[in-house]
Amino acid sequence: MSRLHRLIPGRSGVFWILLFGTTWLLSRHALDLSRILEARWIVKYPAAWQLPVERRISGFMQWLVEDAHFGLFSFRDVTRFVASVIELPYDLVRNLLIDGFSVGLGNQAVEIGPSLSWIAIVVMVTAFGHFVRDWKLAALVGGCFLYLAVFGQWDSAMVTLASVLIAVPFGAVGGLLLGVLAYRAPAFEALIRPVLDLMQTVPVFAYLVPILFLFGFGPVAALVATIIYAMPPMVRVTIVALRGVSDEIRDVGVMVGCTRRQLMWKVLIPTAAPTLMVGVNQVIMLTLNMVIIASMIGAGGLGFDVLSALRRLDIGGGIEAGVAIVVMAIALDRLSQAFATRVAGDYRLDPNLNIVQRHPWSATVLIVTVVTYLLSSQVPGIQSFPEAAALSTGTFWSDVIGYINVHFFDTFEAIKTAFLTYLLLPVKRFFTGIPWAWGIMLVTLIGWRVGGIGLAALAGSLTALIAAVGLWDKAMITLYLCGTSVLVASAIGIPMGILAARNDTANRVIGSLIDTLQTLPSFVYLIPVVMLFRVGDFSAMIAVVLYAMAPAVRYAAHGIRNVNPQLIEAGMVSGCTPRQLLWRIRLPMAFPELLLGLNQTIMLALSMLVITALVGTRDLGQEVYIALTKANTGQGIVAGLAVAFIAIIADRILTATTRRARRNMGLDG
Amino acid sequence: MRYRSFVAAVLVGLGLSGAALAEAESQEPIKLTLHDWTGQFLTTTIMGKVLASAGYNVEYVQADYIAQFAGLKTGDLHVAMEMWETTGREAMDEATATGNVVNMGETGMNAIEEWWYPAYMEEVCPGLPDWQALNACAAEFATPETAPKGRYLGGPVTWGGFDDERVEALDMDFEVVHAGTDAALFAELESAYQRKAPIVLWIYAPHWAPTKYAGSFVKFPPYSPECYQDPSVGLNPSLAYDCGKPTGPIWKVAWSGVAEKWPGAAKAITAFTISNEEMGAMVADVDLNGKSVEEVTDAWLADNKDVWSGWIAN
Repeated sequence: MSRLHRLIPGRSGVFWILLFGTTWLLSRHALDLSRILEARWIVKYPAAWQLPVERRISGFMQWLVEDAHFGLFSFRDVTRFVASVIELPYDLVRNLLIDGFSVGLGNQAVEIGPSLSWIAIVVMVTAFGHFVRDWKLAALVGGCFLYLAVFGQWDSAMVTLASVLIAVPFGAVGGLLLGVLAYRAPAFEALIRPVLDLMQTVPVFAYLVPILFLFGFGPVAALVATIIYAMPPMVRVTIVALRGVSDEIRDVGVMVGCTRRQLMWKVLIPTAAPTLMVGVNQVIMLTLNMVIIASMIGAGGLGFDVLSALRRLDIGGGIEAGVAIVVMAIALDRLSQAFATRVAGDYRLDPNLNIVQRHPWSATVLIVTVVTYLLSSQVPGIQSFPEAAALSTGTFWSDVIGYINVHFFDTFEAIKTAFLTYLLLPVKRFFTGIPWAWGIMLVTLIGWRVGGIGLAALAGSLTALIAAVGLWDKAMITLYLCGTSVLVASAIGIPMGILAARNDTANRVIGSLIDTLQTLPSFVYLIPVVMLFRVGDFSAMIAVVLYAMAPAVRYAAHGIRNVNPQLIEAGMVSGCTPRQLLWRIRLPMAFPELLLGLNQTIMLALSMLVITALVGTRDLGQEVYIALTKANTGQGIVAGLAVAFIAIIADRILTATTRRARRNMGLDG
Repeated sequence: MRYRSFVAAVLVGLGLSGAALAEAESQEPIKLTLHDWTGQFLTTTIMGKVLASAGYNVEYVQADYIAQFAGLKTGDLHVAMEMWETTGREAMDEATATGNVVNMGETGMNAIEEWWYPAYMEEVCPGLPDWQALNACAAEFATPETAPKGRYLGGPVTWGGFDDERVEALDMDFEVVHAGTDAALFAELESAYQRKAPIVLWIYAPHWAPTKYAGSFVKFPPYSPECYQDPSVGLNPSLAYDCGKPTGPIWKVAWSGVAEKWPGAAKAITAFTISNEEMGAMVADVDLNGKSVEEVTDAWLADNKDVWSGWIAN
């Protein structure tokens, strides 16, 4: 990669070497320095200078929950009202899918109607698959749901589906309305943009605590958290989609005399619908992503199964439930994508046909539902999938891991020790040794160098804030874990991306591998990793690498593929070997894309770090997790914001670097 | 919830023996909290099944050990079956001081929590179980991750325990590594024990581990409340936590409204007791013999009908 260095903006190697050298020296000798000078403040941020933000936030939260009052009702009444608004449809859907309808409570409950039978639901989704696309999709979706039934995941899966069916409309409609508002009022957009940035970078754990306080323990709080987590992309997509509507269409709307409202709802939104559906698809995927985390605060379903398997280190159970989430994600993803691109078919009504013939699909669904309903009380196995027929691969997975553990323990131990001694520990020592004052300077200098005075001010002040709330050490450990993981992820991901760009077969294999890695819920990685490498930083690093590798691969492949063919031809004409073509033309030209990929990898790594707190890391993620388990609002939000600050600094610095790289290469003119 | 159907099954199984008790009381479900270790699943499930057999509606809610107090104070959650003197005292005192949470008495179990090492470590490190001897051979416990310091495997951070503070206050050459979960803690012990690898870790009783594996708890300077609260007390004049961990009863706590809403249930919860030995045996059944919590609690209920029917007798 040494050749790439020439492309680093400004070619001011001296500046970077000096900066690194100083940091390295300080990191190594700060401790001695502080001993000689008897100045402990050099290595440890003085407690006396610490800002009491944490306490303030907790105090505010307490006031909000206990005392805030608007005359007739308290703030908590409002949130509890919101909770009941969400709970009503949720209970309804859940009763319909799995619990059944009943009157009364507990042992005095009288069942007045069973839930839909699994057969009816499978037929329903299959019919829907055919409705939105074709037979192939119908078979895929039907197969996915059948899998859930056959592998004994039905009950949990339906609880999860109920949460998704409620969270998605709330998230999508809420996001749409906010997006419309932002489109109409630029002031509102300016206001909401930083909020969206924060919502996407603050780890979810951080806002679970306040949600618990306000909405109570249970599925509703989990739903609220899910909606908050899944909404931001919808807002962004809505803004982009509405802006993207061509002026001609808008003008036509104005010319035919549309009111403002008509213009929005009858012209702009229908035109933007395909793009909007991309947003809905995002909401669905994020909702599923959130399903497990939400189970920590009381959402049941597949997420809870994965979490409790993790807690028991039951690898088979965890993988089965995890795969069930993936299967469900695939079904919902394909359905929503097909729905987005659906073309209304050639729809002719033959007056000679009766109502059943005119609506064959709806009729089938109706008939199956009614028949299974009638039979359910008589024939076992119709209402719920017969347990005896359910398959389980659980013991298989446990056996595989057990076998590996017994036979390869020494090998794994050697790999782990090598990684720890030569990569993790030196990097850790380097980062944790950096004195806070120099750290702030360092980030400011980097910001100034790559993006000028504005970026320097932003990066410097955010870093200073992290130090000021007393989280410097934890932030450095976060940087070290995130840094090494991103390094390893790039070292594996970029070559894979290059391979995928050059070879179609490799592209297909790597593509599906990456897709699986991305839909697999993040918790699922932890189980086998912990079994093989035990708790500690190394396990955390592997989990982060697996989770964060996807963008490195994708952007590398995209960047290499999109290199201007004329340049390659020029290279070939001047007699480059394939190797030279790669190193001298393809890679340098793809450099901006690689940086974008790096940016995304860092974002994913940071979001995964919070989850690795479950295997005992000591970083900001753990701080957030501790706050969650202790219900300490202030601690959680402060640590969550610190993670967000790191993400924002990394994002801004990399974006500025990318911009400069593109400019230097004449890509942006 | 799957639990609802199982409650119904239990009711049928037990022949609605005490259904009369609950008839006059609220039919709203009593929410019991579940945390993340096997023993607590067992006590909670037993209590839940006993209450259900008395005709109450029961719901199990996943909530964190300390975070649950937020719910208990507001009445979102109702009963927590295990609050350990050793780890939960501060949080419990703080909650009961508000008047919204009440202590429902002891569970009959006594908690011990301390650093623990397997017996084979005594050869490597003579002078154990004294903590200074342990500290002298800290290097024996080192791993590449923590070297040159020794590695102490603490419980999940949620359990508290002040181990980081203890290491700092006693100036020990150990680094505290937190196991993410209860299961991970004992998986490491098992793996290390099989290979006779050095390990010192957080073990608690009642649990099967101290009976299955030969080993002992480390002897720290004895615990006193002053040692935790007053930095000047103890070996280190400027830091608190320079002593061992407290031992003491495991308490039951509940939302203060439980006694008004379900007086009979409150009585039953107060009456609940179980011994360390019974508990240890049941945890071993689940964790070692691979039985489910359902099976084990059903077996206990069948064997101890006299005991628990006393709790719900009028």
